[in-house]
Amino acid sequence: MSIFSNPSLGSRTWRPSAPCLASFARLGRLRSRFLQTLLLSAAVLTLLGSSDPATRFTDIGHQMMCICGCNQILLECNHVGCPASDGMRNELMAAVSRGDSDSLVEQSFVQKYGPTVLAAPTARGFDRAAYIIPFVALFFGFGLIALVIRTWKNRPAPALADGLRPLRGPELEQFRDQAGKETDL
Amino acid sequence: MAQIGSFALLLALALSLYSFLAGIVALVFQNRPELQTANTGRGSSLANPSATDGSLGSMLRQGSERIGETARRAGIATFIAVLLASVILVICAFHDDFSIAYIFHHSNRDLPRPYKFAVLWSGQEGSLLFWSLLLAAYGFVLRLRYKTDPRLFAYASMVIAGVQIFFLLLLNFAAHPFALMQGNLPADGNGLNPLLQYPEMVIHPPMLYLGYVGFTVPFAFALGALIMKYPGEKWINITRRWTMVTWAFLTCGVFLGAHWAYSVLGWGGYWGWDPVENASLMPWLTGTAFLHSVMMQEKRGMLKMWNMWLVFATFWLAILGTFLTRSGIISSVHAFAQSSIGDWFAWFLVITLAVFVFFFFKNKSHLRTEHKLESLVSRESSFLFNNLLFVLLCFTVLWGTWFPKISELVQGNKVTVGAPFYNRVAIPVALLLLILTAVGPLLAWRKTSLESLKRNFMWPSIGAILVAIFLMIAPQSWGSAFGLKPWKDVSYFYSLMAITLSVLVTLTVASEFYRGGRVIAKHTGQGIFASMVQLTHRNTRRYGGYIVHFGVVVVIIGFAGAAFNQDKEQEMGYGDKMTIGPYTLICRSYTEDDAPNYGSQWAVLDVYKGGKQIDTMTPVRRFYKASQQTSTMPDIRSTLNEDLYIVFEGLNQDNGHPILKAHLNALVMWIWLGVWIILIGTALALIPNAPSPVRVPSAARLGTTQAEPVATGD
Repeated sequence: MSIFSNPSLGSRTWRPSAPCLASFARLGRLRSRFLQTLLLSAAVLTLLGSSDPATRFTDIGHQMMCICGCNQILLECNHVGCPASDGMRNELMAAVSRGDSDSLVEQSFVQKYGPTVLAAPTARGFDRAAYIIPFVALFFGFGLIALVIRTWKNRPAPALADGLRPLRGPELEQFRDQAGKETDL
Repeated sequence: MAQIGSFALLLALALSLYSFLAGIVALVFQNRPELQTANTGRGSSLANPSATDGSLGSMLRQGSERIGETARRAGIATFIAVLLASVILVICAFHDDFSIAYIFHHSNRDLPRPYKFAVLWSGQEGSLLFWSLLLAAYGFVLRLRYKTDPRLFAYASMVIAGVQIFFLLLLNFAAHPFALMQGNLPADGNGLNPLLQYPEMVIHPPMLYLGYVGFTVPFAFALGALIMKYPGEKWINITRRWTMVTWAFLTCGVFLGAHWAYSVLGWGGYWGWDPVENASLMPWLTGTAFLHSVMMQEKRGMLKMWNMWLVFATFWLAILGTFLTRSGIISSVHAFAQSSIGDWFAWFLVITLAVFVFFFFKNKSHLRTEHKLESLVSRESSFLFNNLLFVLLCFTVLWGTWFPKISELVQGNKVTVGAPFYNRVAIPVALLLLILTAVGPLLAWRKTSLESLKRNFMWPSIGAILVAIFLMIAPQSWGSAFGLKPWKDVSYFYSLMAITLSVLVTLTVASEFYRGGRVIAKHTGQGIFASMVQLTHRNTRRYGGYIVHFGVVVVIIGFAGAAFNQDKEQEMGYGDKMTIGPYTLICRSYTEDDAPNYGSQWAVLDVYKGGKQIDTMTPVRRFYKASQQTSTMPDIRSTLNEDLYIVFEGLNQDNGHPILKAHLNALVMWIWLGVWIILIGTALALIPNAPSPVRVPSAARLGTTQAEPVATGD
């Protein structure tokens, strides 16, 4: 409910005065500035984080798999003498130190080791389906349940035996309140 | 011995076949219309076996009852035959009988005795025998308790015999555990996989299998009830208790597996989203959904068809998990060797699906009910959304597990679907589920007024928000989960959300106990704590369920800790230092040792915190002689705040210095604590309710009205 339809203000239509309108506009501007600052700070923080080589090494290293067959994340592979992970880590460190972008590093690894080197499907091509389908299912499910609830809610109440009538409205609410009070809920 | 074992398995198959076929014959005859007429029209009854009127119908009825009884006894005898085969395999393992190929491949002379016992489930053939044994044991208990409802139990017994036949066919013709070695007998066996030589592996597989196999029982009751068009909801009461027990076993099995992975695999984590791990999670998710939705059927007669499908899906997913493990169709570090038994499982999955779908469509009119919902803000709607989210989580896990295969079919190349995928997709859904866990218990059946929801939800919400603010502003030095800045990383955001919602659930659960306890205290004059105990005893299922919810959020807090994990790898000579978080590790020594079964390398590290020595840790790496494989034994120092987890990764070949990896894993102990709470809650929910309800005087009714202490029921 907005302030313009607040019943406590009476039936008279409330019209904002000019200074009041100005203060609303100021508030709007302030809010927009605040949002812009927030977005900018978030972007700066994100970019600051991403430019740190150690952080990038950890982040990208956790998006890759060791290809020795251990099925472990590259930076979690713990085999001393693993034929793959040491070399891969060195390559990753070199790429990060050179300042290669994340996607360039990923591409070079995929070219060298194949698509299974990435720990999760990419957001390109058919791989996108991996992410889209569960959320499509979620929204479809919510829609279906909304429909089910609506159908069940609109169904007429079942007929009762002679002489009885279903409780509805205020009478039902009265009994509900009473039950609530008696059980202290 | 091997011959006796083989004979026992053949005998078990014959008995199962008899139990199944005779069970069908008995039930078909009992369902014949002329017998039904004989029951109703001539005064005889199926429920009254002593009634004899000499008619053909009566004779047929008595004959079918006798056949039914022999089917039941054959089912019991199946258990004895499978038990005999299992005992023989274990005895052969203890006697190092390497003439049996299975013993040769999974044991050796120096294997410690407890692991020789565990040989039973350590390989493909043995684990199938163990599966069959557990199924026969469940069937044995079910057939002994048949008097609860003879007809329903006869149907369930028949379904179990059908499933049993499949496993015994596999054991006799595809994966024979008593197959003999060809040629000269080897002097020693290949030994047990080193990763399985850990105390938890003696109990983890039995627990997991008790869970997997146990879901056959609810499925058997459901299919039986569907075939016989069972009147009323009694079958669901019977099924629910079996499901709860099975669910507890599966929960225990899943988390024992996680603990084993954490303690043995040495990568510092407990869950890798491996297909085999996923296979255990999927039936757990649908089983949990069923335990919630079954209440809708009991209380309101709703969701009968849905519950049927949930029970079936849970059973089917348990078999699918076994198919994934055995067929090698999806690559996994856990998977058994690729073999032809995958085809057997694929056919079994198709047949069970076909049988269920056939009877579902044949008898679905029996399950039809007129659902009526009074309000969106009600317990019923919350269960609908709860079921949606559980099933969706299950679908996400299934989708992620199969996606590499689907991608291969569509694009021609496999992709990896690992932890980053599940973190992106499953965590948001799990957080939604956590919100429902907080709100659901506050909703009444039929309708809840928004005012009462607001009233009950306000203080827990304020409490949760305050905790979130506190976690953000408290200094990081206080512990792993303090000083949380959600804007720094999405994982911190998820952690903060998970912890905040966990607090919200905890506060709503606490408020439910408090309000219910206060009502009893007011009427009985007891103290609030005693009242809460009495409250729990009066509705064990509901309050046991709340304790399970509390256990779940404790586990979730443990999961949330993963965002703060750190690790460091370093080569450490004598006196070298490594610092991780608040800990400093100093290498005091490193050495080697030799035992009959394995040789080991280990390091001795002094652990300092705040300048004071607090512990000495000894991570070990073992080399198992029989299997020629290595295994790490991390040393873990657990506190409520964090685990210091040290792995001996190996030796630098140039200078002989050990290479050590230290992990600082936040809040992991909460996971194991939470599981204990879940199990306690489940055990409580299985205890029957105390008999006497509170009597509440009502001005609007004559006399007294019996009321549950809290209006919302289960």
